Amino acid sequence: MSWIKDIINPQVRQWEEFYRNRWQHDKVVRSTHGVNCTGGCSWMIYVKNGIVTWEMQALDYPKLESSLPLYEPRGCQRGIVYSWYIYSPIRIKYPYVRGVLLDLWQEARNRYHDPVAAWASIVENEERRQTYQSARGKGGFRRAGWQECMEIVAASLLYTTKKYGPDRIVGFSPIPAMSMLSYAAGSRFLELLGGVMLSFYDLYADFPPASPETWGEKTDVAESADWFNSKYIVTEGSNLSMTRTPDVHFVAEARSHGAKLVVLSPDFSQVSKFADWWIPVNAGMDAALWMAVNHVILKEFHTDRQIPYFSDYLKRYSDAPFLVELEKTDDGYRPGRLLRASRLARYDAVENAEWKVMVFDQSGAPRMPQGSIGFRWQDKKGQWNLEMKDGLDGSAIGPQLSLLGGHESTLPIRFLDFGTDRTVGRSVPVRLVETVSGPVPVTTVFDLLLAQFGVPRGLPGEYPASYEDETVPYTPAWQEKFTGVGRNTVVQLAREFATTAEKTRGKCTIIVGSGINHWYHSNLNYRSGITTLILCGCVGVNGGGLNHYTGQEKLAPAASWSTLAMALDWTAPPRLMNGPSFHYVHSDQWRYEKGFPDYRPPDGPFARDHVMELQAAAVRMGWLPFYPQFNRNPINLISEAEQAGAKSDDEIKRWLVDQLRTGRVRFAVEDPDSSENWPRVWIIWRGNAIHASAKGHEYFLRHYLGTHDNAIAPEVANGSLEDVVWRDVAPQGKMDLVVDLNFRMDTSALYSDIVLPSASWYEKDDLNTTDLHSYIHPLGAAVPPCWESKTDWDIFRTLAEKVSEMAKVHFPHPFRELVATPLLHDTRDEIAQPEVRDWTRGECEPVPGVTMPHLHVVERDYVNLFHRFNSLGPRLKEEGVEDRGIHIPVSDLYDEFAKSVSSYEWGGNKYPSLVDPVAAANAVLYFAPETNGEVAYRGFRAREKEVGLPLADLAEGSRDVRYDFLSITQQPKRLLTSPCWSGVTNNGRAYSPYIQNVERLIPWRTLTGRQHFYLDHEAYSAFGESLPTFKPRISLEASGNLVRSTSTNKSLTLACITPHGKWHMHTTYYDDLRMLTLSRGIEPFWLNDRDAGEIGIFDNDWIEAYNDNGVIVTRAVVSARIPRGLCIFYHAPERTIAFPKSPTRGNKRGGGTNSVTRLRLKPVLMAGAYAQHSYRFNDYGPAASDRDTYVIVHKLEGKPQWD
Amino acid sequence: MNVRAQVSMVFHLDKCIGCHTCSLACKNLWTDRAGTEYMWWNNVETKPGTGYPTLYEDQEEYCGGWELKEGKLSLKLGSRPTELINISFNPRLPSLDDYYEPWTYRYNDLINAPLGDDQPVARPVSMITGKEMDIEAGPNWDDDLGGSSIYAANDPNLKALTEEQRQQFFALQHLVYFYLPRICNHCLNPSCVAACPTGAIYKRGEDGIVLVSQDKCQGWRMCVSGCPYKKVYFNWSTGKAEKCILCYPRLETGQAPACFHSCPGRIRYLGVLLYDAGRIEKAASRPDKELVEAQREIILDPFDREVIQAAKHNGIDDKVIESAQKSPVHKYVKDWRLALPYHPEWRTLPMLFYVPPLLPVTASLNSGNYELAADFFSSLESARLPIQYMARLFSAGDEEKVIAVYRKLMALRIYKRAETVGDVAQEKVEEALQGAQTTPQELEDIYYLSAIAPVEERYVIPPMLREVAIEMTGDTHAFQEERGAGFVQLPTRGW
Repeated sequence: MSWIKDIINPQVRQWEEFYRNRWQHDKVVRSTHGVNCTGGCSWMIYVKNGIVTWEMQALDYPKLESSLPLYEPRGCQRGIVYSWYIYSPIRIKYPYVRGVLLDLWQEARNRYHDPVAAWASIVENEERRQTYQSARGKGGFRRAGWQECMEIVAASLLYTTKKYGPDRIVGFSPIPAMSMLSYAAGSRFLELLGGVMLSFYDLYADFPPASPETWGEKTDVAESADWFNSKYIVTEGSNLSMTRTPDVHFVAEARSHGAKLVVLSPDFSQVSKFADWWIPVNAGMDAALWMAVNHVILKEFHTDRQIPYFSDYLKRYSDAPFLVELEKTDDGYRPGRLLRASRLARYDAVENAEWKVMVFDQSGAPRMPQGSIGFRWQDKKGQWNLEMKDGLDGSAIGPQLSLLGGHESTLPIRFLDFGTDRTVGRSVPVRLVETVSGPVPVTTVFDLLLAQFGVPRGLPGEYPASYEDETVPYTPAWQEKFTGVGRNTVVQLAREFATTAEKTRGKCTIIVGSGINHWYHSNLNYRSGITTLILCGCVGVNGGGLNHYTGQEKLAPAASWSTLAMALDWTAPPRLMNGPSFHYVHSDQWRYEKGFPDYRPPDGPFARDHVMELQAAAVRMGWLPFYPQFNRNPINLISEAEQAGAKSDDEIKRWLVDQLRTGRVRFAVEDPDSSENWPRVWIIWRGNAIHASAKGHEYFLRHYLGTHDNAIAPEVANGSLEDVVWRDVAPQGKMDLVVDLNFRMDTSALYSDIVLPSASWYEKDDLNTTDLHSYIHPLGAAVPPCWESKTDWDIFRTLAEKVSEMAKVHFPHPFRELVATPLLHDTRDEIAQPEVRDWTRGECEPVPGVTMPHLHVVERDYVNLFHRFNSLGPRLKEEGVEDRGIHIPVSDLYDEFAKSVSSYEWGGNKYPSLVDPVAAANAVLYFAPETNGEVAYRGFRAREKEVGLPLADLAEGSRDVRYDFLSITQQPKRLLTSPCWSGVTNNGRAYSPYIQNVERLIPWRTLTGRQHFYLDHEAYSAFGESLPTFKPRISLEASGNLVRSTSTNKSLTLACITPHGKWHMHTTYYDDLRMLTLSRGIEPFWLNDRDAGEIGIFDNDWIEAYNDNGVIVTRAVVSARIPRGLCIFYHAPERTIAFPKSPTRGNKRGGGTNSVTRLRLKPVLMAGAYAQHSYRFNDYGPAASDRDTYVIVHKLEGKPQWD
Repeated sequence: MNVRAQVSMVFHLDKCIGCHTCSLACKNLWTDRAGTEYMWWNNVETKPGTGYPTLYEDQEEYCGGWELKEGKLSLKLGSRPTELINISFNPRLPSLDDYYEPWTYRYNDLINAPLGDDQPVARPVSMITGKEMDIEAGPNWDDDLGGSSIYAANDPNLKALTEEQRQQFFALQHLVYFYLPRICNHCLNPSCVAACPTGAIYKRGEDGIVLVSQDKCQGWRMCVSGCPYKKVYFNWSTGKAEKCILCYPRLETGQAPACFHSCPGRIRYLGVLLYDAGRIEKAASRPDKELVEAQREIILDPFDREVIQAAKHNGIDDKVIESAQKSPVHKYVKDWRLALPYHPEWRTLPMLFYVPPLLPVTASLNSGNYELAADFFSSLESARLPIQYMARLFSAGDEEKVIAVYRKLMALRIYKRAETVGDVAQEKVEEALQGAQTTPQELEDIYYLSAIAPVEERYVIPPMLREVAIEMTGDTHAFQEERGAGFVQLPTRGW
């Protein structure tokens, strides 16, 4: 019996051509997906008959070290179905305007010759305004022409600028790294206009505040290949299979290389399948487990036994040996500020003595090591490094980690255990230091750590007797009640982790993600694990460190890109604002929040009743940006100042300071609901600002859009306010116009006034980089923009042209306006405020750029805005490029570049042209250290001067490398070792962060220049977060989620978490038929089997999940893999697909993920103008946490209603 | 010795992410046409689970594959006479409900809905009837549902376990799932071929790919019933059966099948196996527990002079033999014995082999707190799924076969740990090596292929010698010049 048939007759097999023909194609083009997944996968796009047929992954990434597995293929189930979108029925092929608005517009245009006047006639008439606002999101789109749309948008922009000021115009587009030029198109346009760009990283709560707290860096992580170098991998809040799909193979492969994988996840998540150990820690409580791990490690690996590698590491690379002043309190002592050079007679005359910190040398004398932030900003360069030398005389210092043994006395310190809400008294070894104001007791950060973690060393106080002590923090037994994880498991985890680190010199990593980062206490969730890593010498080591992957998508050539994107080649500073504060304030979510009683220090400057008060104070003190800036048009402020006699820019600023001091001009943040302080025009592109990015989505619908919503939460802020004005009636529909650029009718498009068809990812040329690998590669136009769509670059050029044309009437001449910006990280601003002083309370003088925001007089030229957009401006040549405080001169390179590219001529001058996005791409590539070896070399030269150690050798070998767009189209190119980043990629070495810091002794950009366990800013002291600690997730009561929502005996109240899902990347791909087919045709709610059983819910039943913020109606999936008391609704389905109506909320359409969220800001993260606690766009500030959310779930009554 | 060459496959389940990229690569290329919407030539199943189509593994119900009757191999579906009687009524066919009713959405409503008093939404509609529908099933309905009392609990393979073991899956301490990607096995003893009344299905001589001739198929659907893996589908639009073609148009141009190329888990391997076609029937007729070994036996050593001689005698090109010598599949299946056939007891001699997955260690509850078994790595003894279950899938119940695989997979990790970290005692390493009957050199080879090997070593595609095939229809030069090497509709003279 043989089934093999050698069919000789070829005619019989002629039919095989059928499948061969299906496979045949005409062209293959390299591109990728501009989606917020941090994947950055290179794809090959197949074209047949001029139509995109499908895509397959590229396999040609240049190799790394031969010991590492390769990056092939990269790309997942989501990416491979992208081609479905292009010709799908959800594709936006033409410009659309909602009919109601279009009618109003056309009628107004008939009456007014001037489009700006026509726009005024609509928005200044309450009835007309309401007519089109209340129609938002309810269908009724009408196809319109590009020119007509451009005219409406341009009219609204010029109207708003004239009436209120350009800082009422906002743009939102996330994650520039995924398509850098498409982002830059809009931001360049808006910054030339004077508009505001909103941040995304902190808005998504993807930004990990612990990273700037510890390292002075927003995020810097290893590329995924470096996981393979690790020998102990813990994942936490990061479901690698789900979200790092193209990378997770490195973990699987590392296991066969002898690595252990431990997964911390409340549910049996997809990556748990790979784990050696799956540890179902209770959601949001991970920090408690790590606190106990640190307890064990500090005891066994730093006290009972000392590991030279660990202690040497701590001394050189952490703040552990630095001295902390102890301050007397009513009932003992508390740790205060790091001891400063300014406190000691020997050092107090040195420059920036307030910003230089001290250790004890082996003889017990206080010494001032180089490398702290004071050295960074002093005139004498070359001492900002990690050599353990005295900054005064250059003598070597052997720092003491602990004072124990050499201590003069012990002093009791009160430590707060936030888990059990009690205070623990523990003594630390102390010595007295003679300061300029007398003797002061000091101890080391390391001694404080040991006390905080409760490591017994024979000192007085409440130290635990053993690991079994359940009552005393932070023992393995203590953590059980929070985590549900047994003590023995925790002890073994700690021992294995530290032992592996000891044997491998730090090759242990913790891979973290949004699962533990989106919580209110995200910084603490992270700091506890970071503590473990630093204690074991794992940071700055290949195969080690904290690897946080979510949302940031590393934009590698940031230095040159930001010049283009923020129009710095023409004007500065840009208006950049943190999204969380913007939405917290402007979408009025603050009105629904009470002050957190649990989270209010009893006294001091942070003792306010409402977070809104701290938000306003942070703006006034220059800690955070805020737009609109003032309750006046910033253009008019100039003329008012001049009328008052101001002649120079300085006099204008002085006049304004005086107006602010006397209250004649006020910060808009202090009265956000007053109509002159509303944001007015919102342009959204490349993102889903009204849905996936809208924490508190229903409040967006109400207060921004003025359409219906499903929130029922009470307004409760009144009575808690002092400086901020309460208006009894909250405004609805603040936005005059919402414009969305999109290729698909997603939720944001559906709710916008104007939808412009944008070219999709296979229809445009652009640049892409990511954290997950170290290559730069393109998006490529496999086909031209389909139907009437245009690239983002061209859409904003078209708009710029229209604005410039209409400006001939409305802004015929260049004009000036006033721009306020916060005090910034990586500038001298970060040593502006050694103490918290509020000028509005008379505690100091209002000094712009020191005690309050910077003020700048900036010139705008709207008539030539279009020309400026199109040309690479002269400021680049003059100012060079800058990133992370490294300024790189490029004057000669600018001239060289100008000669080699086509030029754009206007006003009698020629500039390199940016008309074509490929030209813009080439400009980015030419001026970035990561893609031009000469720029890297110069950057290292610049850094050498500051650091005083040789560095340029890192770039010497690649000095002649120049990547251009064509070269990256041919093959992805490896990014060069860059002074703007901290890894080293030479010779195929996997990128890992902080390698330059550890190996080349470049300080971290922090107060001590080292990695921080201890944060001595007053806010941290006030909120009890100076040392790594544990705070439980927000309780149901404190959340305020269920004040008006009622439960029944057939419902359950559950904590609701929204991790990233398998069948979409945020909302992208959610509406793709392929993804919906492989899931359940809708994003379901995942419930525990016994929980579901209790309320009579079976698999695939329809359910409602609701709280005061809103409601979701979907189906249930029932599984024991979900722990009891928790439900999972994977982030973030479009509410446009298959979601029925909600009987519980008036039979209106149920919402999506963010319908049940309301964003919260954590005030400690607002601290500013203080070393690493200094603002930088997307890099710092309070994150918009949303994970501490609770919902009631019940079975939907009856059949789902659709229409 | 009747030596034949077969392009064969290994899926390393320890590396499978369950991402379904493979399924979608295939869907894009092949089954995005009217009549094929519900087909997933490549699908990925969650195990334990009920699979796609639902409960296809239950051959009491479906009667797929072969059975031994009095020592003789026969189709479980019935012998040919019965078949002909049943030809117009085939109760062993999965219905659309066993697959799922394919659907789409009224996406247009989002763009075209007139102004109303609420947000428009795109409702699901059937791709079969065009009418609004409630979605009750899909091709991947039990995805990640290892803890489901509906799906996981009804996995037919759980019959191998005790009631207590079955219950454990629903407790945190034991809960687990893993993924099983499936394509056509391109079997040596394909029951679909045997079941076809019209002889439309054939196994290609040059590469062993099993194809349904779209010219000859008359739509009897006996192949659908006959295949125990339910990997032949019926195209309701053309009325013909269709199935995985192992992307022969890609293989013929030196490219891996789409599902292989696209696998981000890098779990897949492809290469030629030489086997003795003369021993197929005998091998397929052995008792259950001998089937794995029997299949291994008929796979031949491509370096053996006699085998090479016989292969040449059968017209197998030198280049194909060289390719077989580089085959990663041969290493996994024959040299290392790490890869096992899926449900060998169905006796089709499937030529897709699986490396079973390691799974996390079990836990216990200590005063309500979760404590893990103290093992450093996951292990055979403390793994979350009993070995009986894996044996049920991959060795017709022969636990020793699966245990041997696990011993080796664990030995690899222990050996590499000792080498790269040095925290494992040498005697522990020796013990692991001996237990797995392996050597450091073998482990290094396994390590290289499972972790490091680049795409060209994971997919060793033999030259398909298309010019030779084309020459059978005429002159290759003419083919290229006149037809442009494509399936071209030439204009015909109209007068």
